[in-house]
Amino acid sequence: MTWFLRNWDQVAIALWQHIVISVTSLAIAFAISLVVGIWAARHDRVMHWALGVSGVLYTIPTLAFLALLIPLVGLGRSNAIICMVAFSLMILVRNVAVGIREVPPEVVDAARGMGMSSGEILRRIELPLALPVIVAGLRIATVTVISVAVVAAYVNAGGLGTLIFSGISSDHAPKIWAGALTACALAIIADWALAQLERGVRRRAE
Amino acid sequence: MTLFVEAWQFIVAHPERFLSALWTHIALSASALAIAVAIAVPAGVALASSRRAAQFAIAAANVGRTVPSLAVLALVMPILGTGFAPSLFALTLLALPPILINTYTAIRQVEPDVVDAARGMGMTRREIVRKVELPLAAPVIFAGIRIAAVQVISGAVLAAYIGGGGLGDFITAGIAMMALPQLIVGAVPATLLALGADRLFGALQRALTPAGLRT
Repeated sequence: MTWFLRNWDQVAIALWQHIVISVTSLAIAFAISLVVGIWAARHDRVMHWALGVSGVLYTIPTLAFLALLIPLVGLGRSNAIICMVAFSLMILVRNVAVGIREVPPEVVDAARGMGMSSGEILRRIELPLALPVIVAGLRIATVTVISVAVVAAYVNAGGLGTLIFSGISSDHAPKIWAGALTACALAIIADWALAQLERGVRRRAE
Repeated sequence: MTLFVEAWQFIVAHPERFLSALWTHIALSASALAIAVAIAVPAGVALASSRRAAQFAIAAANVGRTVPSLAVLALVMPILGTGFAPSLFALTLLALPPILINTYTAIRQVEPDVVDAARGMGMTRREIVRKVELPLAAPVIFAGIRIAAVQVISGAVLAAYIGGGGLGDFITAGIAMMALPQLIVGAVPATLLALGADRLFGALQRALTPAGLRT
Protein backbone atom coordinates (compact mmCIF):
# COMPACT_ATOMS: atom_id res chain seq x y z
CA MET A 1 0.00 0.00 0.00
CA THR A 2 2.84 2.40 0.83
CA TRP A 3 4.46 1.53 -2.51
CA PHE A 4 1.20 2.32 -4.23
CA LEU A 5 0.84 5.67 -2.48
CA ARG A 6 4.43 6.66 -3.20
CA ASN A 7 4.24 5.60 -6.86
CA TRP A 8 0.66 6.39 -7.73
CA ASP A 9 1.81 8.49 -10.72
CA GLN A 10 3.51 5.42 -12.20
CA VAL A 11 0.31 3.40 -11.73
CA ALA A 12 -1.78 6.20 -13.22
CA ILE A 13 0.39 6.36 -16.37
CA ALA A 14 0.22 2.58 -16.78
CA LEU A 15 -3.55 2.66 -16.29
CA TRP A 16 -3.91 5.42 -18.88
CA GLN A 17 -1.79 3.51 -21.43
CA HIS A 18 -3.86 0.42 -20.71
CA ILE A 19 -7.11 2.27 -21.37
CA VAL A 20 -5.76 3.90 -24.55
CA ILE A 21 -4.62 0.65 -26.20
CA SER A 22 -7.81 -1.12 -25.12
CA VAL A 23 -10.10 1.57 -26.51
CA THR A 24 -8.09 1.86 -29.75
CA SER A 25 -8.29 -1.90 -30.32
CA LEU A 26 -11.99 -2.00 -29.53
CA ALA A 27 -12.72 0.85 -31.93
CA ILE A 28 -10.85 -0.87 -34.79
CA ALA A 29 -12.42 -4.24 -34.00
CA PHE A 30 -15.87 -2.72 -33.78
CA ALA A 31 -15.55 -1.02 -37.17
CA ILE A 32 -14.44 -4.27 -38.82
CA SER A 33 -17.12 -6.29 -37.02
CA LEU A 34 -19.90 -3.95 -38.06
CA VAL A 35 -19.06 -4.46 -41.75
CA VAL A 36 -18.41 -8.20 -41.51
CA GLY A 37 -21.31 -8.75 -39.12
CA ILE A 38 -23.87 -7.02 -41.36
CA TRP A 39 -22.58 -8.97 -44.34
CA ALA A 40 -22.68 -12.23 -42.36
CA ALA A 41 -26.23 -11.54 -41.22
CA ARG A 42 -27.35 -11.65 -44.87
CA HIS A 43 -25.38 -14.66 -46.10
CA ASP A 44 -25.05 -18.01 -44.30
CA ARG A 45 -21.84 -18.75 -46.16
CA VAL A 46 -20.16 -15.56 -44.91
CA MET A 47 -21.44 -16.24 -41.39
CA HIS A 48 -19.93 -19.71 -41.46
CA TRP A 49 -16.53 -18.48 -42.62
CA ALA A 50 -16.41 -15.38 -40.45
CA LEU A 51 -17.20 -17.35 -37.31
CA GLY A 52 -14.83 -20.16 -38.27
CA VAL A 53 -11.84 -17.90 -38.87
CA SER A 54 -12.46 -15.56 -35.95
CA GLY A 55 -13.12 -18.58 -33.71
CA VAL A 56 -9.65 -19.95 -34.49
CA LEU A 57 -8.08 -16.54 -33.78
CA TYR A 58 -9.95 -16.43 -30.47
CA THR A 59 -8.64 -19.84 -29.41
CA ILE A 60 -4.94 -19.06 -29.94
CA PRO A 61 -3.23 -18.49 -26.57
CA THR A 62 -2.60 -14.77 -26.04
CA LEU A 63 1.13 -14.97 -25.48
CA ALA A 64 1.56 -17.36 -28.42
CA PHE A 65 -0.33 -14.91 -30.63
CA LEU A 66 1.86 -11.99 -29.55
CA ALA A 67 4.95 -14.14 -30.12
CA LEU A 68 3.84 -15.19 -33.60
CA LEU A 69 3.37 -11.54 -34.55
CA ILE A 70 6.92 -10.59 -33.55
CA PRO A 71 8.59 -11.89 -36.75
CA LEU A 72 5.98 -9.94 -38.76
CA VAL A 73 5.59 -6.61 -36.96
CA GLY A 74 8.23 -6.69 -34.22
CA LEU A 75 7.71 -5.55 -30.64
CA GLY A 76 5.55 -2.65 -29.57
CA ARG A 77 2.10 -1.23 -29.61
CA SER A 78 1.03 -2.27 -33.11
CA ASN A 79 1.76 -5.91 -32.26
CA ALA A 80 -0.46 -5.66 -29.19
CA ILE A 81 -3.26 -3.86 -31.01
CA ILE A 82 -3.37 -6.42 -33.85
CA CYS A 83 -3.58 -9.20 -31.28
CA MET A 84 -6.31 -7.46 -29.29
CA VAL A 85 -8.37 -6.72 -32.40
CA ALA A 86 -8.09 -10.36 -33.48
CA PHE A 87 -9.28 -11.56 -30.08
CA SER A 88 -12.37 -9.38 -29.99
CA LEU A 89 -13.49 -10.05 -33.60
CA MET A 90 -15.19 -13.37 -32.87
CA ILE A 91 -17.39 -11.98 -30.11
CA LEU A 92 -18.26 -8.76 -31.94
CA VAL A 93 -18.93 -10.26 -35.39
CA ARG A 94 -21.10 -12.98 -33.87
CA ASN A 95 -23.15 -10.56 -31.81
CA VAL A 96 -23.65 -8.06 -34.65
CA ALA A 97 -24.77 -10.83 -37.02
CA VAL A 98 -26.97 -12.61 -34.48
CA GLY A 99 -28.49 -9.32 -33.31
CA ILE A 100 -29.51 -8.40 -36.87
CA ARG A 101 -30.79 -11.90 -37.60
CA GLU A 102 -33.00 -11.82 -34.53
CA VAL A 103 -34.92 -8.78 -35.78
CA PRO A 104 -38.42 -10.13 -36.56
CA PRO A 105 -38.88 -10.42 -40.36
CA GLU A 106 -42.38 -8.88 -40.05
CA VAL A 107 -40.83 -5.65 -38.82
CA VAL A 108 -38.43 -5.54 -41.77
CA ASP A 109 -41.30 -6.34 -44.14
CA ALA A 110 -43.42 -3.57 -42.66
CA ALA A 111 -40.55 -1.11 -43.09
CA ARG A 112 -40.10 -2.18 -46.69
CA GLY A 113 -43.86 -1.79 -47.22
CA MET A 114 -43.53 1.79 -45.96
CA GLY A 115 -41.09 2.40 -48.79
CA MET A 116 -37.80 2.36 -46.86
CA SER A 117 -34.68 1.50 -48.81
CA SER A 118 -32.48 -1.32 -47.51
CA GLY A 119 -29.96 1.23 -46.23
CA GLU A 120 -32.69 2.97 -44.26
CA ILE A 121 -33.97 -0.35 -42.93
CA LEU A 122 -30.48 -1.18 -41.73
CA ARG A 123 -29.91 2.18 -40.05
CA ARG A 124 -33.36 2.84 -38.64
CA ILE A 125 -34.77 -0.61 -37.96
CA GLU A 126 -32.21 -3.43 -37.86
CA LEU A 127 -29.27 -1.80 -36.05
CA PRO A 128 -31.38 -0.09 -33.36
CA LEU A 129 -33.23 -3.35 -32.66
CA ALA A 130 -29.97 -5.33 -32.63
CA LEU A 131 -28.29 -2.81 -30.31
CA PRO A 132 -28.82 -4.73 -27.02
CA VAL A 133 -27.11 -7.83 -28.46
CA ILE A 134 -24.33 -5.71 -29.97
CA VAL A 135 -23.70 -3.96 -26.65
CA ALA A 136 -23.66 -7.35 -24.89
CA GLY A 137 -20.91 -8.40 -27.31
CA LEU A 138 -19.06 -5.16 -26.74
CA ARG A 139 -19.11 -5.88 -23.02
CA ILE A 140 -17.49 -9.32 -23.38
CA ALA A 141 -15.02 -7.98 -25.94
CA THR A 142 -14.01 -5.14 -23.61
CA VAL A 143 -13.25 -7.50 -20.74
CA THR A 144 -11.29 -9.77 -23.10
CA VAL A 145 -9.28 -6.87 -24.51
CA ILE A 146 -8.39 -5.54 -21.05
CA SER A 147 -7.17 -9.00 -20.14
CA VAL A 148 -5.08 -9.37 -23.31
CA ALA A 149 -3.61 -5.90 -22.79
CA VAL A 150 -2.10 -7.05 -19.48
CA VAL A 151 -0.07 -9.70 -21.30
CA ALA A 152 0.77 -7.29 -24.13
CA ALA A 153 3.09 -5.40 -21.79
CA TYR A 154 5.53 -8.22 -22.48
CA VAL A 155 5.95 -7.07 -26.07
CA ASN A 156 6.56 -3.48 -24.88
CA ALA A 157 3.03 -2.21 -25.41
CA GLY A 158 2.93 -0.50 -22.01
CA GLY A 159 -0.04 -0.67 -19.67
CA LEU A 160 -0.60 -2.27 -16.29
CA GLY A 161 1.20 -5.47 -17.25
CA THR A 162 4.43 -3.46 -17.18
CA LEU A 163 4.13 -3.15 -13.40
CA ILE A 164 3.42 -6.89 -13.06
CA PHE A 165 6.38 -7.95 -15.19
CA SER A 166 8.83 -5.58 -13.60
CA GLY A 167 7.51 -6.66 -10.18
CA ILE A 168 8.02 -10.33 -11.05
CA SER A 169 11.53 -9.83 -12.44
CA SER A 170 12.66 -7.77 -9.45
CA ASP A 171 10.69 -9.93 -6.99
CA HIS A 172 8.93 -6.84 -5.69
CA ALA A 173 5.49 -7.93 -4.48
CA PRO A 174 3.87 -4.49 -3.93
CA LYS A 175 4.45 -3.64 -7.58
CA ILE A 176 2.83 -6.92 -8.66
CA TRP A 177 -0.13 -6.22 -6.39
CA ALA A 178 -0.51 -2.68 -7.73
CA GLY A 179 -0.48 -3.84 -11.37
CA ALA A 180 -2.64 -6.92 -10.94
CA LEU A 181 -5.25 -5.40 -8.66
CA THR A 182 -5.61 -2.26 -10.77
CA ALA A 183 -6.07 -4.47 -13.86
CA CYS A 184 -8.73 -6.51 -12.05
CA ALA A 185 -10.49 -3.35 -10.92
CA LEU A 186 -10.42 -1.92 -14.44
CA ALA A 187 -11.94 -5.11 -15.89
CA ILE A 188 -14.63 -5.34 -13.23
CA ILE A 189 -15.58 -1.66 -13.51
CA ALA A 190 -15.69 -1.79 -17.33
CA ASP A 191 -17.86 -4.91 -17.16
CA TRP A 192 -20.22 -3.25 -14.69
CA ALA A 193 -20.47 -0.01 -16.67
CA LEU A 194 -21.25 -1.84 -19.92
CA ALA A 195 -23.79 -4.02 -18.10
CA GLN A 196 -25.59 -0.81 -17.11
CA LEU A 197 -25.42 0.44 -20.70
CA GLU A 198 -26.72 -2.92 -21.95
CA ARG A 199 -29.66 -2.71 -19.56
CA GLY A 200 -30.46 0.85 -20.62
CA VAL A 201 -30.29 0.01 -24.33
CA ARG A 202 -32.43 -3.08 -23.82
CA ARG A 203 -35.10 -1.10 -22.03
CA ARG A 204 -35.18 1.42 -24.86
CA ALA A 205 -35.37 -1.25 -27.55
CA GLU A 206 -38.40 -2.82 -25.85
CA MET B 1 9.51 -20.09 -43.96
CA THR B 2 13.18 -20.42 -42.93
CA LEU B 3 11.96 -19.46 -39.49
CA PHE B 4 9.86 -22.61 -39.28
CA VAL B 5 12.76 -24.71 -40.54
CA GLU B 6 15.01 -23.20 -37.87
CA ALA B 7 12.33 -23.83 -35.26
CA TRP B 8 12.16 -27.45 -36.33
CA GLN B 9 15.94 -27.71 -36.18
CA PHE B 10 15.81 -26.33 -32.64
CA ILE B 11 13.34 -29.05 -31.63
CA VAL B 12 15.49 -31.75 -33.27
CA ALA B 13 18.59 -30.40 -31.51
CA HIS B 14 16.89 -30.29 -28.08
CA PRO B 15 14.26 -33.02 -28.16
CA GLU B 16 14.24 -33.69 -24.40
CA ARG B 17 13.86 -29.99 -23.59
CA PHE B 18 10.95 -29.64 -26.00
CA LEU B 19 9.19 -32.81 -24.88
CA SER B 20 9.54 -31.99 -21.21
CA ALA B 21 8.10 -28.49 -21.76
CA LEU B 22 5.26 -29.95 -23.80
CA TRP B 23 4.62 -32.55 -21.14
CA THR B 24 4.66 -29.96 -18.33
CA HIS B 25 2.23 -27.86 -20.34
CA ILE B 26 -0.19 -30.74 -20.83
CA ALA B 27 0.17 -31.99 -17.24
CA LEU B 28 -0.39 -28.50 -15.84
CA SER B 29 -3.45 -27.85 -18.01
CA ALA B 30 -5.01 -31.28 -17.60
CA SER B 31 -4.62 -31.34 -13.81
CA ALA B 32 -5.99 -27.83 -13.43
CA LEU B 33 -8.97 -28.73 -15.59
CA ALA B 34 -9.59 -32.02 -13.79
CA ILE B 35 -9.49 -30.39 -10.35
CA ALA B 36 -11.78 -27.59 -11.53
CA VAL B 37 -14.30 -30.08 -12.96
CA ALA B 38 -14.20 -32.11 -9.73
CA ILE B 39 -15.02 -28.98 -7.73
CA ALA B 40 -17.25 -26.93 -10.02
CA VAL B 41 -19.63 -29.60 -11.37
CA PRO B 42 -20.79 -30.89 -7.94
CA ALA B 43 -20.84 -27.30 -6.65
CA GLY B 44 -22.97 -26.20 -9.61
CA VAL B 45 -25.41 -29.08 -9.05
CA ALA B 46 -25.66 -28.26 -5.34
CA LEU B 47 -26.14 -24.55 -6.00
CA ALA B 48 -29.00 -25.22 -8.41
CA SER B 49 -31.18 -26.23 -5.49
CA SER B 50 -30.33 -23.41 -3.10
CA ARG B 51 -31.22 -20.04 -4.46
CA ARG B 52 -29.60 -17.86 -1.82
CA ALA B 53 -26.14 -19.47 -1.93
CA ALA B 54 -26.39 -19.53 -5.72
CA GLN B 55 -26.92 -15.80 -6.01
CA PHE B 56 -23.71 -15.11 -4.13
CA ALA B 57 -21.63 -17.85 -5.78
CA ILE B 58 -22.70 -17.01 -9.32
CA ALA B 59 -22.06 -13.31 -8.77
CA ALA B 60 -18.59 -14.21 -7.49
CA ALA B 61 -18.00 -16.51 -10.48
CA ASN B 62 -19.04 -13.72 -12.86
CA VAL B 63 -16.53 -11.38 -11.27
CA GLY B 64 -13.95 -14.18 -11.43
CA ARG B 65 -14.58 -14.52 -15.12
CA THR B 66 -13.77 -10.86 -15.81
CA VAL B 67 -10.45 -10.95 -13.94
CA PRO B 68 -7.44 -11.02 -16.33
CA SER B 69 -5.61 -14.39 -16.40
CA LEU B 70 -2.19 -12.88 -15.91
CA ALA B 71 -3.44 -10.91 -12.90
CA VAL B 72 -4.52 -14.17 -11.22
CA LEU B 73 -1.14 -15.79 -11.88
CA ALA B 74 0.67 -12.67 -10.70
CA LEU B 75 -1.40 -12.40 -7.52
CA VAL B 76 -0.73 -16.02 -6.60
CA MET B 77 3.04 -15.56 -6.84
CA PRO B 78 3.70 -13.29 -3.83
CA ILE B 79 1.54 -15.61 -1.68
CA LEU B 80 2.48 -19.11 -2.83
CA GLY B 81 5.78 -18.47 -4.57
CA THR B 82 6.88 -19.76 -7.96
CA GLY B 83 6.81 -23.19 -9.58
CA PHE B 84 4.41 -25.89 -10.71
CA ALA B 85 2.09 -25.93 -7.67
CA PRO B 86 1.35 -22.18 -7.55
CA SER B 87 0.72 -22.24 -11.32
CA LEU B 88 -1.61 -25.20 -10.90
CA PHE B 89 -3.50 -23.33 -8.19
CA ALA B 90 -3.88 -20.20 -10.33
CA LEU B 91 -4.97 -22.13 -13.42
CA THR B 92 -7.54 -24.08 -11.39
CA LEU B 93 -8.96 -20.76 -10.17
CA LEU B 94 -9.23 -19.63 -13.80
CA ALA B 95 -11.05 -22.79 -14.86
CA LEU B 96 -13.66 -22.73 -12.08
CA PRO B 97 -16.01 -19.88 -13.14
CA PRO B 98 -17.04 -21.06 -16.64
CA ILE B 99 -17.68 -24.62 -15.45
CA LEU B 100 -19.57 -23.49 -12.36
CA ILE B 101 -21.75 -21.02 -14.24
CA ASN B 102 -22.55 -23.46 -17.04
CA THR B 103 -23.34 -26.36 -14.68
CA TYR B 104 -25.61 -24.18 -12.56
CA THR B 105 -27.40 -22.72 -15.59
CA ALA B 106 -27.79 -26.11 -17.26
CA ILE B 107 -29.27 -27.82 -14.19
CA ARG B 108 -31.63 -24.89 -13.63
CA GLN B 109 -32.82 -25.22 -17.23
CA VAL B 110 -33.88 -28.84 -16.84
CA GLU B 111 -37.68 -28.87 -17.16
CA PRO B 112 -39.34 -29.18 -13.73
CA ASP B 113 -41.92 -31.51 -15.33
CA VAL B 114 -39.19 -33.98 -16.25
CA VAL B 115 -37.86 -33.94 -12.69
CA ASP B 116 -41.42 -34.36 -11.36
CA ALA B 117 -41.97 -37.31 -13.64
CA ALA B 118 -38.75 -38.89 -12.43
CA ARG B 119 -39.79 -38.36 -8.82
CA GLY B 120 -43.18 -39.86 -9.62
CA MET B 121 -41.41 -42.94 -10.93
CA GLY B 122 -39.90 -43.32 -7.47
CA MET B 123 -36.39 -42.07 -8.20
CA THR B 124 -34.39 -40.78 -5.25
CA ARG B 125 -32.81 -37.30 -5.34
CA ARG B 126 -29.45 -38.92 -6.16
CA GLU B 127 -30.89 -40.93 -9.04
CA ILE B 128 -32.61 -37.84 -10.41
CA VAL B 129 -29.31 -35.97 -10.48
CA ARG B 130 -27.40 -38.86 -12.03
CA LYS B 131 -29.94 -40.21 -14.49
CA VAL B 132 -32.03 -37.17 -15.42
CA GLU B 133 -30.47 -33.82 -14.61
CA LEU B 134 -26.82 -34.47 -15.48
CA PRO B 135 -27.49 -36.16 -18.85
CA LEU B 136 -29.85 -33.35 -19.88
CA ALA B 137 -27.37 -30.73 -18.67
CA ALA B 138 -24.32 -32.43 -20.22
CA PRO B 139 -24.08 -30.40 -23.44
CA VAL B 140 -24.06 -27.06 -21.62
CA ILE B 141 -21.69 -28.37 -18.93
CA PHE B 142 -19.29 -29.53 -21.64
CA ALA B 143 -19.53 -26.17 -23.33
CA GLY B 144 -18.30 -24.70 -20.04
CA ILE B 145 -15.48 -27.26 -19.77
CA ARG B 146 -14.50 -26.45 -23.34
CA ILE B 147 -14.18 -22.72 -22.57
CA ALA B 148 -12.23 -23.55 -19.41
CA ALA B 149 -9.89 -25.92 -21.29
CA VAL B 150 -8.92 -23.29 -23.85
CA GLN B 151 -8.48 -20.71 -21.10
CA VAL B 152 -6.28 -23.03 -19.04
CA ILE B 153 -4.02 -23.97 -21.97
CA SER B 154 -3.72 -20.29 -22.81
CA GLY B 155 -3.05 -19.45 -19.15
CA ALA B 156 -0.45 -22.22 -18.91
CA VAL B 157 1.62 -20.34 -21.49
CA LEU B 158 1.66 -17.41 -19.05
CA ALA B 159 2.62 -19.73 -16.19
CA ALA B 160 6.19 -19.53 -17.51
CA TYR B 161 6.42 -16.13 -15.81
CA ILE B 162 5.93 -17.63 -12.39
CA GLY B 163 8.17 -20.61 -13.01
CA GLY B 164 5.42 -23.04 -13.95
CA GLY B 165 7.38 -24.31 -16.95
CA GLY B 166 5.59 -25.38 -20.10
CA LEU B 167 5.80 -24.06 -23.64
CA GLY B 168 5.74 -20.46 -22.45
CA ASP B 169 9.39 -20.92 -21.40
CA PHE B 170 10.43 -20.93 -25.06
CA ILE B 171 8.42 -17.79 -25.74
CA THR B 172 9.80 -15.82 -22.78
CA ALA B 173 13.36 -16.94 -23.62
CA GLY B 174 12.76 -16.17 -27.29
CA ILE B 175 11.56 -12.65 -26.53
CA ALA B 176 14.36 -12.01 -24.03
CA MET B 177 17.04 -13.00 -26.55
CA MET B 178 15.05 -11.97 -29.62
CA ALA B 179 15.57 -15.52 -30.87
CA LEU B 180 12.70 -15.83 -33.34
CA PRO B 181 12.87 -19.61 -33.95
CA GLN B 182 12.47 -20.22 -30.21
CA LEU B 183 9.31 -18.10 -30.24
CA ILE B 184 7.88 -20.41 -32.87
CA VAL B 185 8.93 -23.49 -30.88
CA GLY B 186 6.77 -22.26 -28.01
CA ALA B 187 3.95 -20.52 -29.83
CA VAL B 188 2.98 -23.02 -32.54
CA PRO B 189 2.62 -26.12 -30.31
CA ALA B 190 0.74 -24.05 -27.71
CA THR B 191 -1.66 -22.86 -30.42
CA LEU B 192 -2.14 -26.40 -31.71
CA LEU B 193 -2.83 -27.64 -28.17
CA ALA B 194 -5.50 -24.99 -27.66
CA LEU B 195 -7.13 -25.63 -31.03
CA GLY B 196 -6.96 -29.39 -30.45
CA ALA B 197 -8.58 -29.13 -27.02
CA ASP B 198 -11.30 -26.90 -28.48
CA ARG B 199 -12.05 -29.48 -31.18
CA LEU B 200 -11.89 -32.40 -28.75
CA PHE B 201 -14.32 -30.87 -26.27
CA GLY B 202 -16.56 -29.70 -29.10
CA ALA B 203 -16.77 -33.30 -30.32
CA LEU B 204 -17.39 -34.58 -26.77
CA GLN B 205 -20.11 -31.98 -26.35
CA ARG B 206 -21.88 -33.26 -29.47
CA ALA B 207 -21.37 -36.91 -28.55
CA LEU B 208 -22.78 -36.40 -25.06
CA THR B 209 -25.89 -34.60 -26.21
CA PRO B 210 -28.78 -37.03 -25.61
CA ALA B 211 -30.24 -38.21 -28.93
CA GLY B 212 -33.54 -36.43 -28.24
CA LEU B 213 -31.85 -33.06 -27.84
CA ARG B 214 -29.72 -33.12 -30.99
CA THR B 215 -30.62 -30.60 -33.61
